[in-house]
Amino acid sequence: MIFDRAEILETLRMLEIENLDVRTVTLGISILDCRGKDFEETVQRVVAKIRRYAASLNAVADEVSAKYGIPIVNRRVAISPVALLLTGEEGEGVLDFAKALDDLARELAIDFIGGFSALVHKGATKGDILLMESLPSVLSGTERICASVNVASSRTGINVDAILTMAQVVKETAERTKDRDGIGCAKLVVFANAPEDNPFMAGAFHGVGEGEAVVNVGVSGPGVVKEVVRRHPGSDLGTLAEFIKRTAFKITRVGELIGREVAGKLGVTFGIVDLSLAPTPRVGDSVAEILEEMGLERCGAWGSTLALALLTDACKKGGAMASSSVGGLSGAFIPVSEDARMSEAVAVGALSLEKLEAMTSVSSVGLDMIAIPGDTPWETIACIMADEIAIGVINHKTVGVRLIPVPGKSAGERACFGGLLGEATIIPVNPYQGARLILRGGRVPAPLTSLRN
Amino acid sequence: MTEVNLWAFEEEPSTEHRVVITVVGKDRIGIIAAITSCLAEHSVNIEDITQKILGEYFTMILVGDISRCPVSLSELRERLVRRGEEVGVKVYLQHASIFRAMHRI
Repeated sequence: MIFDRAEILETLRMLEIENLDVRTVTLGISILDCRGKDFEETVQRVVAKIRRYAASLNAVADEVSAKYGIPIVNRRVAISPVALLLTGEEGEGVLDFAKALDDLARELAIDFIGGFSALVHKGATKGDILLMESLPSVLSGTERICASVNVASSRTGINVDAILTMAQVVKETAERTKDRDGIGCAKLVVFANAPEDNPFMAGAFHGVGEGEAVVNVGVSGPGVVKEVVRRHPGSDLGTLAEFIKRTAFKITRVGELIGREVAGKLGVTFGIVDLSLAPTPRVGDSVAEILEEMGLERCGAWGSTLALALLTDACKKGGAMASSSVGGLSGAFIPVSEDARMSEAVAVGALSLEKLEAMTSVSSVGLDMIAIPGDTPWETIACIMADEIAIGVINHKTVGVRLIPVPGKSAGERACFGGLLGEATIIPVNPYQGARLILRGGRVPAPLTSLRN
Repeated sequence: MTEVNLWAFEEEPSTEHRVVITVVGKDRIGIIAAITSCLAEHSVNIEDITQKILGEYFTMILVGDISRCPVSLSELRERLVRRGEEVGVKVYLQHASIFRAMHRI
């Protein structure tokens, strides 16, 4: 037989029992050639272009999914940062643009369109400022539009003025979606070192260095990794890393197979495969469960940073060996509300915001899907963002911040976002202020790349 | 002495038209007949077959050539699953490339 029976049964077990899936196929489309003689024409041209490329995305994804017997959970579109098409004069037109894209996403049965984005890591144009200021109305007035703003990079430093703007945007967005516990904020990421080829939402956009259209694939499999850890209770950590690495290799290969096939059928380039352990609220689909299986009583206990560091690194290594087209975020996500076990760790007091911050310094994203008290001052939100961004900038890694100040609720209460976004206990925030620091504004210079100790 | 072409052994059979069918369930008479007759009806040539009984459990793995199969992969899967249900087993069908991607460097 061309394959071992053990190999065949292993693949089957991963798919049938351990929830291995292709989390997202994300079609990136450049809209930089869509500028018309006025903004209305620009919008029409963007809509027409997305429709042209993405019309068959769902059908193709279904076909490939059926061929290999592997679920493709989400089908998404990422467009060039919208701010690049804005002059700052469009006013309410930005919201109309978002609504047109929202309707299009619904029409094509696409989960999300990402790319209501601005890259302001060194400074903001009038278009960037308009985009940022429009976000509360865009995120509350649409369902399937995702936004991201890159406020810092290791090459340029940290744009603190942009952080101040974004903290107010987060607060305002939460307020405008208070009937649903501030869910608008779940569609917004504030980044440092944002990757241009990330297929995962809410942070996906089609980078300016990318081609005309490209398929990026995100594969996930916390359940598969957890099972590997469970089967090796006595292994030392080096051996455990080896087992995780091998598993990551296999998962990534599946992602590349699917990505190349989808891209081929759509007639566009295959971009990257992003292996990220992305949890969902489903039991057995949790990163916290992996960490606990490794030997922690609860996620958040001392040892959590070490466990996550080992896990993230092993995933990246396995992925990098499996494919020459690894990109995006690649590693392990720790979105609190989307991971039922992590959410529980917050509820019992095992996992604090400070520990989460430490863990993000070794994970592949940042402070993600964390519900904080609704009365947290916006200056404090800016400080939380700035602390996280600083970790990314100094360590030359991507970090994202997705905080949800839940209106009218305080620490210990539950916030419910529904579906894949899950639910979370609101985490306490240190009440002491950093306002005087952050309100200084300005730009924090880029870090030195030598003398790295 | 005749020269041996060592490279000849490196070539793996192509997986382009191949599917892997896995059958698991409680052992009983007629499982193989049910599945293989369904494959024959759809012109799927069986290239390899292995089966094992562990206690009362039956597993069988088949490799089939689908180049002459007149129906789509999803349709073939659906019919096999239904035939499997009639004899009380679960049937999985997947294109062979996924196993190659996962298990071969």
